[in-house]
Amino acid sequence: MALEVAALSLPAPSAFGCVLRDVTFTLRQGEILGIGGVAGNGQDEVLAALSGERLTDPERVRLDGRAIGRLGPNARRALGLLAAPEERLGHAAAPDMSLTENAVLSAATREGLTRHGFIRWGAARAFASRVIAAFDVRTPGPETAARALSGGNLQKFVIGREVLQRPRVLVVNQPTWGVDAAAAAAIRQALLDLAADGAAILCISQDLDELMEIADRFAALNEGRLSEARPTASLSLDEIGLMMGGAHGMEVAHV
Amino acid sequence: MLRLEKRPQPSRLWTYATPPLAVVITMIAGAALFAALGKDPVEAIATIFWKPLFGEFSFYYRPQLLIKAAPLILIAIGLSLGFRAGIWNIGAEGQYIIGALAGAGVALALYPLESRIVFPLMVIAGALGGWAWAMIPALLKVRFGTNEILVSLMLVYVAEQLLAAMALGLMKNPEGRGFPGSRNLREYDSAHNADIIAGTGMHWGVAAAVIAVIAAYILLSRHSLGFHIRLAGQAPRAARFAGVRPGRLVIFCLGVAGALAGLAGMFEVAGPAGQISIDFNVGYGFTAIIVAFLGRLHPVGIGLAGLLMALTYIGGEMAQSTLGLPAAAIQLFQGMLLFFLLAVDLLTNYRIRLHKREAV
Repeated sequence: MALEVAALSLPAPSAFGCVLRDVTFTLRQGEILGIGGVAGNGQDEVLAALSGERLTDPERVRLDGRAIGRLGPNARRALGLLAAPEERLGHAAAPDMSLTENAVLSAATREGLTRHGFIRWGAARAFASRVIAAFDVRTPGPETAARALSGGNLQKFVIGREVLQRPRVLVVNQPTWGVDAAAAAAIRQALLDLAADGAAILCISQDLDELMEIADRFAALNEGRLSEARPTASLSLDEIGLMMGGAHGMEVAHV
Repeated sequence: MLRLEKRPQPSRLWTYATPPLAVVITMIAGAALFAALGKDPVEAIATIFWKPLFGEFSFYYRPQLLIKAAPLILIAIGLSLGFRAGIWNIGAEGQYIIGALAGAGVALALYPLESRIVFPLMVIAGALGGWAWAMIPALLKVRFGTNEILVSLMLVYVAEQLLAAMALGLMKNPEGRGFPGSRNLREYDSAHNADIIAGTGMHWGVAAAVIAVIAAYILLSRHSLGFHIRLAGQAPRAARFAGVRPGRLVIFCLGVAGALAGLAGMFEVAGPAGQISIDFNVGYGFTAIIVAFLGRLHPVGIGLAGLLMALTYIGGEMAQSTLGLPAAAIQLFQGMLLFFLLAVDLLTNYRIRLHKREAV
């Protein structure tokens, strides 16, 4: 099992955040698990608990059987657990920093962009250029500020930055939010390819069509509770509606 | 109609052009101010900016420039690291005082021992003193979430009381015939922060300021800690995503700022000032805030801004004595500099467009 989350409960990070209640799921290598739900039901909180931005009891989160709940973001990255947050400007990327600097932001550990604490700017620029080329990011070059890119192009950069680090487990939140159709298709394809190569992917999204297209199993978040994951192929629209409404384990009326 | 338009990315040209532009505008506005006071504006501006450097008595004023600039730069470099990270240490004046007290304390405790070890010990004590004083707001912020602006500022006044108590009590010169103030360290060879090259004003504090500028430059442009400092200031959420621990950054930035301010105080008390006295501090810790921003929080910029600010201090004093300008006019002049800089700063992120109203 690549990622196991067991009975994860966390208080709300702020007055506007969401409490996580007893979130439990598993994720296998090569699998895409889709988490649906209406915004503000714990999506950001799940990502923060997995990326290492929020720490938990060690046993709550296990990566390849190893308890990692108390490890910070970079220690988790070193083990192969990567994440791409929803908010592009200000969370996944620093708006006023160049793409090269934004490459250092999350890829320093795995791509060896630092030596003795000093940043290897040449290597960082090369990695940023690789992301730009591989994901067809439309920009004058790696020295452009992140905020100068269009939403779709920056999102391709953010996803590409994590994908090119060859994660064992990748957590993405709203990977195609506000992105044009071509870029969205490219991003979904990249996630499918990554899973085909054996990585485990947790895709949190409010776009049901997207989850039905790429996810092997589906679960829904409602007020910080996660429903049991079920194979997407067997799900009807009614069942998805019940899951998203928080009616866990209920049956659809047989009429 | 004028309209502001946000630039897609900050203008590189204006980043460098705004500080000189602000200086020029300040000169013009200052000249108008001096003219309104009934002084010859050209003469006044020349007295402030030209005469200390190239005038008749420049041999006296040039060393003064380094002596005044060194503490400003040293403190501003420390402050700029915090300011970059969004950590607002306003209490450098207090850390400066405590550094001076700690440094002088070591010297006075060892007096009259003549040894090479005295001065290095004073340097260490000065840095530790400023560091410890800055750790108070740092730890309170990390542990209890207090506001470092208020705590560090209030501690300035505590430090001033401590300074007065020391000058009148514990550190008072026993051979001073009852006058307040400590022994004069300039008369204690092992503790004297003398000019490295006599007559140039180049004391150890100047050397420390140069080292601080270079070290800060390398830290910010090459080291991941400097990268994290910039990241935390620009995008705190992205910084946490990058694995930055905000608490550690608070401790580091306030600690470095405190240590550098403490060093500045120690070099001052051992050299130019000479002794612990009630009015030892003259506001370097506060002026350094202007220096930090005037230098765009960039180490090299701060070096230049420190020299410029020192020049206005010295030129201002000259203008007071030779032209009879009020002291407040000079302070106003320094304030204008910051005001105009912040105003023209707008140009780095915004473009001014002349917008013609279209016919409906």
